[in-house]
Amino acid sequence: MSVTARQADQPGSASAAAMPQPAARIAIRNLDFFYGSNQALKHITLDLPERQVTGMIGPSGCGKSTLLRVLNRMYDLYPGQRAAGEVLMDGENILDADVDINRLRSRIGMVFQKPTPFPMSVYDNIAFGVKLHERLSKSDMDERVEWSLARAALWGEVKDRLSGPAMGLSGGQQQRLCIARTIAVRPEVILLDEPTSALDPISTLKVEELIDELKRDFTIAVVTHNMQQAARCADRVAFFYLGEMVEVGDAVQMFTAPKQRRTQEYITGRFG
Amino acid sequence: MAEVAGHIVKSYEQELKRLRDLITEMGGIVENQVALAAQAVVHKDGAAATRAVEEDPRVDGLERQVEQFVIRLLALRQPMAMDLRHIVAALKITGDLERIGDYAANVAKRSIVLAEFTLPYSLTGIGHMARMVQEGLKTVIDAVGDNDAEKAVEVWRSDEVVDDIYTAIFRELVTYMMEDPRNITPCTHLLFIAKNLERIGDHATNIAETVHYAVTGETLPETRPKGDSSAYAVIRPRE
Repeated sequence: MSVTARQADQPGSASAAAMPQPAARIAIRNLDFFYGSNQALKHITLDLPERQVTGMIGPSGCGKSTLLRVLNRMYDLYPGQRAAGEVLMDGENILDADVDINRLRSRIGMVFQKPTPFPMSVYDNIAFGVKLHERLSKSDMDERVEWSLARAALWGEVKDRLSGPAMGLSGGQQQRLCIARTIAVRPEVILLDEPTSALDPISTLKVEELIDELKRDFTIAVVTHNMQQAARCADRVAFFYLGEMVEVGDAVQMFTAPKQRRTQEYITGRFG
Repeated sequence: MAEVAGHIVKSYEQELKRLRDLITEMGGIVENQVALAAQAVVHKDGAAATRAVEEDPRVDGLERQVEQFVIRLLALRQPMAMDLRHIVAALKITGDLERIGDYAANVAKRSIVLAEFTLPYSLTGIGHMARMVQEGLKTVIDAVGDNDAEKAVEVWRSDEVVDDIYTAIFRELVTYMMEDPRNITPCTHLLFIAKNLERIGDHATNIAETVHYAVTGETLPETRPKGDSSAYAVIRPRE
């Protein structure tokens, strides 16, 4: 980690002093990540504060999506990819080999860039994941499906077509269905990897509004290429470049007066 | 922060440059207006007074142009960080410059009336104050053009002296008015002239604060050195 990033994350620095931080739900400590011999993340130390939205920005290939993939051990699926360092959740390092991956992924849900509904009904899209972790009665399951869809601001639009195919929904609805599916298993953390880049402006605003709603109950990390979106949604923003975290701070400070020159150049569109 | 690279979108870069040019152009005109107004008062120069007043519509026009341009930039470019700070700064500075222009025009108008009176009093004090105000204004407009936060701080600090002179002039003029009621008309005009000059200094200070924030991203402390104590000045006639 660069010296500046370490300073920015210390209590007592200007950004930390401006706003007392809630406790970290996830504490990333000295994280390195490798695709084979290629190091994609370098000594990342970052907190995801409880019930806050942490935005991650940076040019393509800077490592921000990789970081999300590390957080729910997605990389386990691929040989040759490995992580070093610590990602602490309730004091437990989730990178440890003996961590129960299925349980981890129910605690840390993820939503991707393109909506990925299962080729089944709207109802079953939600119920499918829940059934993997819990045994619920029909009425409890109905309740869970409704709760999830309502939290994802989709219930009103789909309540009359729960048995219809999820693929028949619009792109924006499909993405909110994926968010509903993620929260159905009642995770603690939600990771959103460019959740609106495939959506039209109105659907994008609905998802942004949803993120704002969801942070009351969940800790959220969102990777986005849309700077205005990061400014609107995030409480804190981390800027990544070439696998390093250059700067992290309060979102308002990051977008009005970032401390690092590289951050400044990136967010104002001056990147050489 | 060190000098940053140019913008990827060239038209945006040009727009930012154009905005800066508009502000410096406006600054130049206003600076000249204040100089003409001071010349009009101190040397009873009616022609200078007329020119100062005539510049006003140009300043107002530039202010509108900057406002529209800023709104356009905010809507189309959604500026961030230093760009955002500079664009918002331009909007604030243009407002301050417009006010300075108005005060200068008002000083010029009063100078025409003032020239008809025989003054009981030397204009050295007002002349000195006008020079200080002009100097501060010139420095702050240079600071705008050069993105120079240090120069801005210099102006921000120096306004206290202008305030002190104003307070002294205030007391002096009130005394003359008490001595002879025939002094009331010219001295009232002089009082307004001094007040207008003092206000010009205040707006220059506002610009200095704005420049400092635009360049560094940090605001200057809320309390600046202030010397204008005329609001509390009491001069009683001798019994």
